[in-house]
Amino acid sequence: MTATPGHNSFDPAASRQRCMRYRRRILDISQHVSALHAAGAFSCMELTDTCYHGLMRPDGQDTFLMSKGHGCMAQYVILEDRGVLDRKHLDEYCTAHGILGAHPDYGNPGIEASTGSLGHGMAMAVGMAVAERNKAGGAADAGAVYCVLSDGEVQEGSTWEAFMMGSTLGLTNLVALIDNNDFQSLGRTSETHPSFYPLDEKLEAFGWETATVNGHDAEAVYNAVTNRKGGKPFCLIGRTTKGKGVSYMENVPIWHYRSPNPEEYAQALAELKEIAS
Amino acid sequence: MRNTFAEVLYDLAKDDPRIHIVVADISPAGSMGKFREEFPERFINVGVAEQAMIGICAGLALKGMRPFAYTIATFSLYRPFEMVRDDLGYQNLPVTVVGIGGGVIYSTLGGTHYAQEDIAIAGAIPNMSIIAPCDPVEATEATKWLVNREAGGPVYFRFGKAGEPTLTGPDSDPWEIGKLRYLRRGEDVAVLSYGVITKMASEVADALTEDGNSVSLAVCHTLKPLDTAGIADLLRRHKRVIVVEEHAPQGGLAPQTKQIAWDIRAECELHTFTLKDEFVHCYGSHEDILAAHGLSVERILATVRP
Repeated sequence: MTATPGHNSFDPAASRQRCMRYRRRILDISQHVSALHAAGAFSCMELTDTCYHGLMRPDGQDTFLMSKGHGCMAQYVILEDRGVLDRKHLDEYCTAHGILGAHPDYGNPGIEASTGSLGHGMAMAVGMAVAERNKAGGAADAGAVYCVLSDGEVQEGSTWEAFMMGSTLGLTNLVALIDNNDFQSLGRTSETHPSFYPLDEKLEAFGWETATVNGHDAEAVYNAVTNRKGGKPFCLIGRTTKGKGVSYMENVPIWHYRSPNPEEYAQALAELKEIAS
Repeated sequence: MRNTFAEVLYDLAKDDPRIHIVVADISPAGSMGKFREEFPERFINVGVAEQAMIGICAGLALKGMRPFAYTIATFSLYRPFEMVRDDLGYQNLPVTVVGIGGGVIYSTLGGTHYAQEDIAIAGAIPNMSIIAPCDPVEATEATKWLVNREAGGPVYFRFGKAGEPTLTGPDSDPWEIGKLRYLRRGEDVAVLSYGVITKMASEVADALTEDGNSVSLAVCHTLKPLDTAGIADLLRRHKRVIVVEEHAPQGGLAPQTKQIAWDIRAECELHTFTLKDEFVHCYGSHEDILAAHGLSVERILATVRP
């Protein structure tokens, strides 16, 4: 199969505006709950936006899976923007009255699988891609599956089992996007496992086609995926910054969990507006 | 039982494109080979990668398929436990986790290959059902039900390997999911069992019949949801009840039967025979390992005969 061309008209400038707006929305939600996971959502914001607004076909035949479940705020705000989730749902995020938790739950609107325990998403994405291919009788326009992973969860053996199967099964309708922010809870992933990088060589050795781009450059992400050679499953490695867009959050591990206080919130909003302008 | 399962699944797969089999490096027995040849796009061998086996089944089910994860019980349930729990149980997906060689059937392979706690482990997962047929006929009925059910969550399907005798017959109650089933009915004593060890239970029932008792033999092929009403009725109708089970003392049929007996203030004599809460370090036939756990016709009779 040759690379699938872009299905939507993808406007990088519009994507930048959306992503800043999404980050502000996440910060708004942060002011009434303690569990946030903002930093991880900010790092995969452009990757997720590019999937929803550029790569996935608008008729709903493609699937998005947020394997790095703690990045789900990025997905929630997009689903809200697209009318899949109500404003009420996000306002009630992580409350006793709400349906949305800090990890995606299968059964909620727009959520294709329960993820968040790391290392589960890739194998489910493989199964989904097989099902889509079989339903299409092997046709080249079979539903595609886009799976966003954290670089931390690529440490899980289960993820490598799934990578291995993705290429063994020749799943050309499978696209992984690794949010390579170089952070896990305790510190930098590159310090936890210095031999872990570079990821592209390892994935290529496992039979995948890869490309590495700045994961905050939506145009580069979009072009890399749509211009892939095809014939293999594809992995986009997005070099990203945890907490991207808010100076005091960037690359500071505590913001994996923390919500900003009112002063920090005001500063974050100001910084995001500045970037957006 | 294993070959029967493969044959039934192959026949059903001809008309049901939802059926997928995901195996973990296990040789395709009997008709599984035909399935693999005729439906290669629906037969996936993940190799020695059981976590992927379960995750891929979850992905298939999320897209409307009816997948069967198929390998030795310890590797289908224990190795990828979190995937079974989260991907299948939490998401309540219609995936069948086939555990070949439940109990201590792999008698020469040692404790690493014994699934002697599987009922307790699978049963603790919300949404997870458990079916354990006693013979190839029950395996056939269960497989048809697993494929044709319209809804429902994951099922742990525990069965033996090859060569189990047929224990059910025309006089047996019909197979019905979630229902206790009498293979024969009596008035005095009831022997209750499930799975491959029902053969031993049947021999116990035979011996007690020869002693002059009127003996029921019942099988509880669905361990979860358990037929609580059926077991309560069995406890009320018999003076002596004997549970024979190839499973650890915790979490299986025996302790659950005791619980029901307490709840209904049962007045019958109740004897339960299970595997020991031990890893036995010996090798031999299936019967040898059961005997090492204290499970033999002779020992059961020695205990239950007045």
